[in-house]
Amino acid sequence: MMALSGVELDRGERTVLSGIDLTLSERRIGVIGANGSGKSSFARLLNGLLLPSRGSVTVEGLDTRKDAKAVRRKVGFLFQNPDNQIVYPTVGEDLAFGLKGRGFSKAEVAARVEATLSGFSLDGFGDRLVHELSGGERQLVALAGVMIMEPQWLVLDEPTTLLDRRNTRTIMTTVEALDQHVVLVTHDLRLLESFDRVIVFDEGRVVADTAPAGAIDAYLRLVG
Amino acid sequence: MIVGLYRAGDSRLHRAGAGVKLVALLLAGTMLLALSSLWLTGLGLLMVLVLYALAGFGPRVLWAQLRPVAVVLAILFLAQLWLATPAEALLLVLRFAALVLAAGLVTLTTRTSDLVAAIERGLSPLSRLGLDVEKISLAISLAIRFIPAVGQIASEIREAQIARGRRPSPLTLVVPVIVRLLKMADDITDAIDARS
Repeated sequence: MMALSGVELDRGERTVLSGIDLTLSERRIGVIGANGSGKSSFARLLNGLLLPSRGSVTVEGLDTRKDAKAVRRKVGFLFQNPDNQIVYPTVGEDLAFGLKGRGFSKAEVAARVEATLSGFSLDGFGDRLVHELSGGERQLVALAGVMIMEPQWLVLDEPTTLLDRRNTRTIMTTVEALDQHVVLVTHDLRLLESFDRVIVFDEGRVVADTAPAGAIDAYLRLVG
Repeated sequence: MIVGLYRAGDSRLHRAGAGVKLVALLLAGTMLLALSSLWLTGLGLLMVLVLYALAGFGPRVLWAQLRPVAVVLAILFLAQLWLATPAEALLLVLRFAALVLAAGLVTLTTRTSDLVAAIERGLSPLSRLGLDVEKISLAISLAIRFIPAVGQIASEIREAQIARGRRPSPLTLVVPVIVRLLKMADDITDAIDARS
């Protein structure tokens, strides 16, 4: 479970989030809102990339301010642009990056990398150069790089914005099959139809928090 | 295609340890710089070419390593022709070509993670002096990973300037490329934090 209590977030002199009191426990949670509404900042609060200026954020009882490292192990984060997430030149090396410092032997790391590649239909991609992959393949590699760490939660910040429909479907089919809790920030409202809950942000506040149909209606009324 | 970067293979060079290859590169580089004989330097270059063949790399891969430095080599050759003798100009070009190709061969036949691990092992005694070896090795792997990304950014900005009717020049490229790279560096820092 994630809990946000009395959360406010300042960026410079501007307050970008205020009055956030939420408990997240559903398996599939969507987050929508206009550009600049605070939804990406909200997503970054969930794994401690941003810390609240006031109030607290806890993940499975761990405070993001006090237990940042432990929180990040529980909450995987997928960014919009995979190019900024993949840090090694080849796919296999990048997947292994996340396992560094976790006490695995070389053979264990190799086995986990192979198993993850296979799980994401990336068999044979281990030695492929990242910059030679398509955008969809890169996003899939970035997702595999997050999931190899076996987080309990996965937060995705507009992961399909740069993808065409086919690649969007591939990513979403993969995400739907995951056992983890998922928090998806998106502008693509169709992706949220089967979700358990959708939260709508506007000017840094939660303005709707309900089942997808109601939340999407509220959002569409808001943006006209 | 970009210079270096691992290409999967099963040659002896691919199987050799990263540390061994780095030490061999250091020794070969030192020897090439110390040699003043045109024939011996030519022989050194020939040996590097043979190693490319043994590693299973053809002329295309070879040329891809040399192409980015071809203009620099040509300028060096002409400058030496003007300042020194033709033999010295040829010696300089052969020497640098051999060095570039040898370094390229190491990165072509060695996974970045193995190279980084070897550098980490080599630098590990310095950790006692307070040097953060892990950070240095991460910086090296990031530099190798983002060489193509930097090229891509420069190319995008160049195209955007042409599309808006401007003639791109190195001067008009520098500022937007740096701004994009700084933003990218911010995002990469967040991503590494999120994955650590």
